[in-house]
Amino acid sequence: MSGVTLNNVIKRYGNVQVVHGIDLQIDDGEFCVFVGPSGCGKSTLLRMVAGLEETTEGQINIGPRDVTHMDPAQRGVAMVFQTYALYPHMTVEQNMGFGLKMNGHPSREIQEKVREASSILKLDDYLDRKPKALSGGQRQRVAIGRAIVRGPEVFLFDEPLSNLDAELRVEMRVEIARLHNEIGATMIYVTHDQVEAMTLADKIVVLRSGRIEQVGAPMDLYRDPDNKFVAGFIGSPAMNFLDGQVAGGAVTVPGLDQTVQMNLTLPANETRVSLGLRPEHLEIIPGETHQVELTEALGGVSYAYLVASTGERLIVEERGDQRSKIGDTVGLQFDPARAMLFDTESEARIR
Amino acid sequence: MSPLLQGLMTILIGVGGCVGYFYASNLILDKVIFPASGPKAGRNINRANAIRPWLFLLPAVLALGLYLVYPVIGSFYRSLFNRDGTEFIWFGNYITMFGDAEFRTSLVNNFLWVLVVPAAATFFGLLIAQLTDRLSWGNIAKSLIFMPMAISFVGASLIWRMVYANNPDIGVINALRVFFGADPVDLLQVAFWNNFFLMVILIWIQTGFAMVILSAALRGIPEETVEAAIIDGANPFQIFFKIKVPQIMGTIVVVWTTITILVLKVFDIVYTMTLGNFGTQILPSYMMSYMFRDDGRATAVAFVIMIIVLPVMVWNIIQARKEMR
Repeated sequence: MSGVTLNNVIKRYGNVQVVHGIDLQIDDGEFCVFVGPSGCGKSTLLRMVAGLEETTEGQINIGPRDVTHMDPAQRGVAMVFQTYALYPHMTVEQNMGFGLKMNGHPSREIQEKVREASSILKLDDYLDRKPKALSGGQRQRVAIGRAIVRGPEVFLFDEPLSNLDAELRVEMRVEIARLHNEIGATMIYVTHDQVEAMTLADKIVVLRSGRIEQVGAPMDLYRDPDNKFVAGFIGSPAMNFLDGQVAGGAVTVPGLDQTVQMNLTLPANETRVSLGLRPEHLEIIPGETHQVELTEALGGVSYAYLVASTGERLIVEERGDQRSKIGDTVGLQFDPARAMLFDTESEARIR
Repeated sequence: MSPLLQGLMTILIGVGGCVGYFYASNLILDKVIFPASGPKAGRNINRANAIRPWLFLLPAVLALGLYLVYPVIGSFYRSLFNRDGTEFIWFGNYITMFGDAEFRTSLVNNFLWVLVVPAAATFFGLLIAQLTDRLSWGNIAKSLIFMPMAISFVGASLIWRMVYANNPDIGVINALRVFFGADPVDLLQVAFWNNFFLMVILIWIQTGFAMVILSAALRGIPEETVEAAIIDGANPFQIFFKIKVPQIMGTIVVVWTTITILVLKVFDIVYTMTLGNFGTQILPSYMMSYMFRDDGRATAVAFVIMIIVLPVMVWNIIQARKEMR
């Protein structure tokens, strides 16, 4: 068991640089999630750790070992792919045992380890089946089993739940979390789904166009994002952003039709800023400032989609018995301490 | 009338005839025989729909019946007669045929061809498909290897006659022999091995076919399974034989049997190169040599060939259908 360290890792395809000098420390036994929009380089980064992509510059360590130029098989990693990548001509048992067989383990030991993994994953009844006779969830369990059997130092997951339907996704998410508790190995998990990131991770790494935007525990990123991108990416529904301007020690926000007093060091007057407000921190009150365009009732909560007089759109979370209807004219209130301020130019948080 | 115009007319009549046939036959079925109206409308529609597939099949069934089924039965019937077709001699042709040493040689040779040519062509095709897969000039290499496919068997044989030629100024192989100080030999007269020299020609032609099909199949293998195997610690040979080949096994079998069927039909190469002399006779060329002389043996040979091809063909079709599913 050991952690993973990335030191100024760079990936170039010809002249195009896609990963720009990533420094990252993943501790032993940590569940680390790379999250970001598609094309942000998160999968590339994972494949570099796996050894499937060459590292152009920088150094990757697994535990104390420098694995930057090692073969994938020697790195002590196991990978679970989005498309499962099961060997279609082998049974479940052969699929799971293939890695050990390739490394010359005796067949008794292989069988033992496969049985052990299959009982963890409740695959005992399917050991003699071929992958095509399994459902999507079962296939992904086999793929995870194949990783477990090899007893790797680091588990790598490349969007493992993206091919499953919504219900199975939740089920497998819980199962992966349980697995992490049981095995306690270091895991790196790539996803574009921030819900998976929030629920699974000990540490989230938010990536955008080959750069780390922020690293931290899920709730830290949620409560204290460093910039507008992270604030908008983490949390569902996404944070509302409203254009504003600093004026006389406060922020004028036309989209709210009010001037917000904020308890922080404001930049110079006339600086253009974005005010960030999470849907759950907004409250609908009687008023004339916003129009309800649409509502989504999910049961316990509803989301009201509002339009401001400036044309800006906001989402507000509602609970309780009184909920707004389409076409209502309403006002908004919030605790200014909950609001976040971002520089419009640099997108950096103003604290 | 100019040939061009004639050709155009033929196409028009052919295509027009097909369209006309389907249109008219369906019209008659729906309007005259089982009209979709009146008290029995529902039953009539069902009946018409039950018959419709047969309308579409009819032309194919007739053509295949006339040009395939009838000749098979007809040949068998004729193989039981003497040369003039006047005297019914039961299995006389078969008996004289099996008594002929040349027939037995060609039977043995044919089995050699069936064993060697499909195996070699498939093997080389697979090898080349895999080796050229990632190369920048792979497509050029593949085009070159595919090119012999475009040459007729007779043309290919003429090329290889030059390669095997006795005269070291013409034949590459004898030129090499002379270069290394040996005497030129007539390769086509080297007993037993001359069979293999002839097989080389067909392998040369068919490797391109195998390569193209297998190359496409290799491309169809999901990249992730290969990556998973790399992480699992398989070396390139293990990846090829344990991950890639099993995944395209169905295609390999189809290619193999397709070439096998071809091998059992090719007579041109032997006919052009040796005329079946020097112990290189195979069944199709043996049949050809008896087609216009002697007794009524040729039809008997044809029938033996068909019986040999049949099981391979059945297997081929079963495999191909499995592939499509």
